[in-house]
Amino acid sequence: MRSRPTGSVVVTGVSRFLGAHVAARLAADDRIGRVVGLDPHAPPAEFAHLLDGVEQVRGDAGSASTVIADLEAEAVVHLALATAPDPQHGGRAAMKEQNVIGTMHLLAACQQAPRLRKLVMRSSTAAYGASFRDPAVFTEDTEPREVPRGGFARDILDIEGYVRGFRRRRTDVTATVLRFAPFIGSSADTTLTRYFARPVVPTVLGRDPRLQFLHIDDALEIIHRSVVDDHAGTFNVAGAGVLSLSQAIRRAGRIPVPVLEPGLSAASNLVRNLGRSGYGLDQVDLFVHGRVVDTTKLVGEFGWSPRSTADAFDDFVAGHRGGAVLRREQLALAEQAILDGIRQARATVQEKA
Amino acid sequence: MTEESGRPDRPPRKSTRKAAPRRAPAQKTNGATRRGSVPATDFTIDATSSNGTTPPMPNGSGPAAANGSAPIPADDRPAPLPPSVADQPGDVWDDRVAKGLAFLRRRLGGDYEVDEFGFDPELTDKVFLPLLRLLYRDWFRTEVFGVENLPANGSALVVGNHSGTVALDAIMLATAVNDRTPNRRHLRLLGADLVFRMPIVSELARKSGGTVACNPDAERLLSTGELVGVFPEGFKGVGKQYAQRYKLQRFGRGGFVSAALRTGTPIVPAAIVGAEEIYPMLADIKPLARLLGLPYFPVTPTFPWLGPLGMLPLPSKWLIEFSKPIPTTHLQDQADDPLVVFNLADQVRETIQQTLHTLLERRPDPFGR
Repeated sequence: MRSRPTGSVVVTGVSRFLGAHVAARLAADDRIGRVVGLDPHAPPAEFAHLLDGVEQVRGDAGSASTVIADLEAEAVVHLALATAPDPQHGGRAAMKEQNVIGTMHLLAACQQAPRLRKLVMRSSTAAYGASFRDPAVFTEDTEPREVPRGGFARDILDIEGYVRGFRRRRTDVTATVLRFAPFIGSSADTTLTRYFARPVVPTVLGRDPRLQFLHIDDALEIIHRSVVDDHAGTFNVAGAGVLSLSQAIRRAGRIPVPVLEPGLSAASNLVRNLGRSGYGLDQVDLFVHGRVVDTTKLVGEFGWSPRSTADAFDDFVAGHRGGAVLRREQLALAEQAILDGIRQARATVQEKA
Repeated sequence: MTEESGRPDRPPRKSTRKAAPRRAPAQKTNGATRRGSVPATDFTIDATSSNGTTPPMPNGSGPAAANGSAPIPADDRPAPLPPSVADQPGDVWDDRVAKGLAFLRRRLGGDYEVDEFGFDPELTDKVFLPLLRLLYRDWFRTEVFGVENLPANGSALVVGNHSGTVALDAIMLATAVNDRTPNRRHLRLLGADLVFRMPIVSELARKSGGTVACNPDAERLLSTGELVGVFPEGFKGVGKQYAQRYKLQRFGRGGFVSAALRTGTPIVPAAIVGAEEIYPMLADIKPLARLLGLPYFPVTPTFPWLGPLGMLPLPSKWLIEFSKPIPTTHLQDQADDPLVVFNLADQVRETIQQTLHTLLERRPDPFGR
C-alpha cells in the first residue's frame, strides 16, 4: 500500500460521537503515527476517555490551514458535519456555517498542504435528494432530480461540489467520499435513533418509505479502512436489504401515529421556530420518499460489506427494549393463548355433548 | 357505433356455446364443484359398473359432496361446515385458524421481507391477489391465451395496451400472470409518477411489486430476472375516450425497448380486451382535471352521476393474449440506435394492435359471458 499514512492524521469533529470513536480507533492502530483531533469544542466527558491517545487541538475550520501545515498532515478525515440544527449553538445558521463554510476552509487548507496524500470525507445518502420520480435504488452516479428542501441535504450537495473541485485541483490526493445511510445501533445517538426510541412514533399518513440503515460500528470500520488503505472515489455505505418504516416500527415494538404530511412539515417548522431541536424537513422528506442505495461499488472496492439493515436495526432494538410497547414475544404468547383458548372451548363443548 | 357493437343479435348465442369449452381450462383449478355435476355422475357410473373399487381422485370429492357430509373438502374453498363437526386433530379449521394467527403475528411483529423496490411478496400473495382474483375471475370472467409465451424463469418485458380510465388493466394483467404461470410469477409493473405522488396508492403500488417507470428501475428489475410489465401508451391510452377504443395510441419515446435491449430481455406483447368498457369515458372535463392536478377528469355513463356507485367497473368480458416473445439478444449493442429502438417499438405496437382485432372478433358482445 503506497500511501498508507505513517505520518500524522487530522480528524475533525472529535467532540462528537463519530469523530471521537474514529480518532480512538486510528490512535489504537500501530500503522498510523500521530492522530490529531481538531475541534472548536472540548469533547464531553463520555468521549474524553476515548481520546487518551489523541492529540487535541481546539480550533474551528478557519484554523485548519495552520494546523495542517504545522503537522505536515498526510491524511485528513473530515467528520465535522452537523446533521440537524442545534438551537443551543446557533441553530441552522451555525449548522450551515459549520457544514459548508467549515468544509470550504478545510479543503482550502488541504489544497495548500504539500504532503497531503489522503482525504476522507463524510457525506450522506441525502445527496440524492427526494423526488417522486426518483428511481427506487440510487447508484453513485444518480443525480438528484430537484434541490432538496432539507438544510442538511442542501449542505451535503454543496460539500460534494467542493470536493469535486478539490479532486480536480489535487489529483495526487486520494479522495474518498463516503455517503452514509442513517446510522443506527445500540450505542448510536442520532435524531433517527431518538425517533425510534419513543414508544409512539409519528409517521406520514399514506406513506411507508423504504429505509436503509448503517450500523455505527460498520461506519467506523469503513472510515478506518479508507484511512489505512487506498479507496479513491465516492461510495454508498449502507446495510444491504430494506426495511419499510412500518416494518421497522413493528420490529421495534412501537406504535405508529400517522400524521398528514402538510401537518408534519408545518409542525417541524413550528418546532424549529420555537428554538427546539426536532425533526427537520430532512426527516420529513426521508419519511415521505424513503431512500435506498446500491452498495455494489462499496463491496467490490473494499472487499467487505457492512451488516445488513435488518441486523443493524435488530441491534438497535436489542439496546432499546425499554420503550417497546408490543414485543414479539408478547405477540407469540397472545397467539398461543388464543390457540389454547380454542382448544379448551372445544374440549368443554365435547364434554357436554 | 362501430362494427363490434352493431351485430350482437344473432351470433352471440352461437358464440356463448363456443365459449364454454374454451373457458374450461381457465376454471380447472377450482371449477370442480361449480360445473362438477355432469362429470361427477360420469365417474360414479363408471366406478360402480366396472368393479366397485375406489376410483382415483375425482371420485373422492364427487360422491362425498353428493352425500352432503364431506369430512374434508377436496378443494380450497371454505366449505360452510359448522365448527362443532370440526374436532379431529388434523382439522382444516384448526389449520386455518393457526395459519391466520401466525400470519397476523408475523405482520404485527414486522417479521417479513421487503425487497429494495418495496415489494412485499407475503402481503401480495395472501391479501392483494386473493381479492384481485375475485375481480379477475368472477367479475371480468377473464380468459387468458398464450401463457406459454411467458418464460417460466428469467426475465421478460411484457408490453400491454392501456385503457379503461382507471388502470385496472395493469392490475388484472399482473393477476393473470400470477394465476396462469406454473410457478405463480409476479409481474412487476412500472407505473406513472402520478401513482407514486399519491399517498396510500403509492404504497399499495410498491407493496404489490410496482415501481416508477424509469430506465434504471426497469433495467435493475430485468437484470435480476423479473417479469416486468409496462404500458408505453401511458395516460394517452388510459385517458382516451370510448369512441377511440382499441385504437393504440403513440408509444412514447420507446424507453421500454432500450431497457429490454440493454438487458437482452425478450419482449412479450400482451393484448388486453375488456378494459375499454369498464369505465367508458364519454367526456373529459379539462378545467376540473387541471384544478385537481389530474391528467383528465372522466365522465362515464355512471360517473359522476351515481356518486361512489359510479366507481364500480362495468362487468365487461375480458380476454388477454400473450403473443410470441420478440428476442432482443442479437440487438443488445444497438440499444442507443434510435432507429432500431423505433422499429422494434413499432413491431411491438403492430403485434398488439393485430392481436386486439382478432380478440375482438372472438368477443362480439363486450358484456357477454
